[in-house]
Amino acid sequence: MIGFVQILRRDLRLAQRQGMDSVMAVMFFVIAVVLFPFGVGPEPNILARIAAGVIWVAALLSSMLSLERLFQTDYEDGSLELLTLSPITLEVAVLAKITAHWLTTGLPLIIAAPLLAVLLNMSVSGFPMLILALALGTPSLSLIGGVGAALILGSRRGGVLLSLLILPLYIPVLIFGVSAVDAVIGGFEAKAQLLIMAGFLLAALPLCPWAAAAALRQSVE
Amino acid sequence: MSEFSGKDLTCIRGQRRVFANLDFNLHDGGALVLIGPNGSGKSSLLRLMAGLLPAAAGAVSWDGAVTSEDPEAHGGRLHYVGHLDAVKPVLSVAENILFWASLRVGGPDLPDRVAAALEAFGILHLSDIPGRFLSAGQKRRVNLARIIAAPAPLWLLDEPTTALDRATIDALEGHIAAHRAAGGMVVVSTHSELHLEAAQKLDLAAYSAGSVTLDMDLAI
Repeated sequence: MIGFVQILRRDLRLAQRQGMDSVMAVMFFVIAVVLFPFGVGPEPNILARIAAGVIWVAALLSSMLSLERLFQTDYEDGSLELLTLSPITLEVAVLAKITAHWLTTGLPLIIAAPLLAVLLNMSVSGFPMLILALALGTPSLSLIGGVGAALILGSRRGGVLLSLLILPLYIPVLIFGVSAVDAVIGGFEAKAQLLIMAGFLLAALPLCPWAAAAALRQSVE
Repeated sequence: MSEFSGKDLTCIRGQRRVFANLDFNLHDGGALVLIGPNGSGKSSLLRLMAGLLPAAAGAVSWDGAVTSEDPEAHGGRLHYVGHLDAVKPVLSVAENILFWASLRVGGPDLPDRVAAALEAFGILHLSDIPGRFLSAGQKRRVNLARIIAAPAPLWLLDEPTTALDRATIDALEGHIAAHRAAGGMVVVSTHSELHLEAAQKLDLAAYSAGSVTLDMDLAI
């Protein structure tokens, strides 16, 4: 537990010092969303109809931006070997690093999302659900992405490989995330979608650090 | 009384047998110096001892218990210094060492321990300098100060003298001697001169696949 806190603090400090990651993720998110009105035209009804989907897709892509570097810098400077050899369980260390990734890239996206929803003329009734669905969904994205980031260590062109590996796995989160927001805007309950997303998160929480740690052990051999 | 030993160790890297049937045995206060030409498997043996690399055959054990069965416990009792120094460019020297030490020992005296470790390698005046401004030798000193800051009975040092000046090598010899006097063990691979009193020497060239005839075929 002490190890978890120490690694989390170190990664947050690293992110803050060399820290364009959070800013870049949010900027990418904003720009990607802003492109849509130019592409599909400024018709308010169309924009309102696609708002939830556009925000979710842009959120997936921007949370992926800094994933490649999640373990890469530690791998290159030898810190990963030392983490593997520390008395801290590697799975716990991985969970701490993924938590730091979510705090630095996932959380800012949740904060920026309502502003973009206004831009896309989304119905105000969907705002709380958009935030709630992102809050439940983005941790799953970081967890799944952590497995991909561990698997690509040592490979060339890892970024492209990473997106090929994990974007298909993001699809369930995307489907239920968008569906939850659309249901609320349409006047229905979204409890089922939220429960399914919470289920994803609960499954990913133990499984993803376990799989990522196995991949990391392989990579330091 | 602790015992660190390996039996019948075989290492295969990239379908090539690096060494085979290698045994070693270390007790409290013992030192093992690995020598041999480039590619003879000194680093591989150290990584195998650390548990970073699984042995193709044989086992490494601590007090009779196979280390790969409890990697966290093994990690807690060893310090490994590899080719890379694990110094984060944006963290200060003190923060770098403090982080690694905090994973092993807690307590309010941790900053004092870190300061003492920095002093031991003559880099106390650099403690607030970010890692990116350090020279190769200074980074190596930070990495060595890391293993002083938190105690562990087993030191695995892979070419620790790389980039170090003579005075620092002397200091390192002193710290290794103190570590052994306190009952610690050390395994060092080295090409250059590193004087260790009463150290066992292990020449890996003697275990290389070429000079050992094996009747079983281990090739993958």
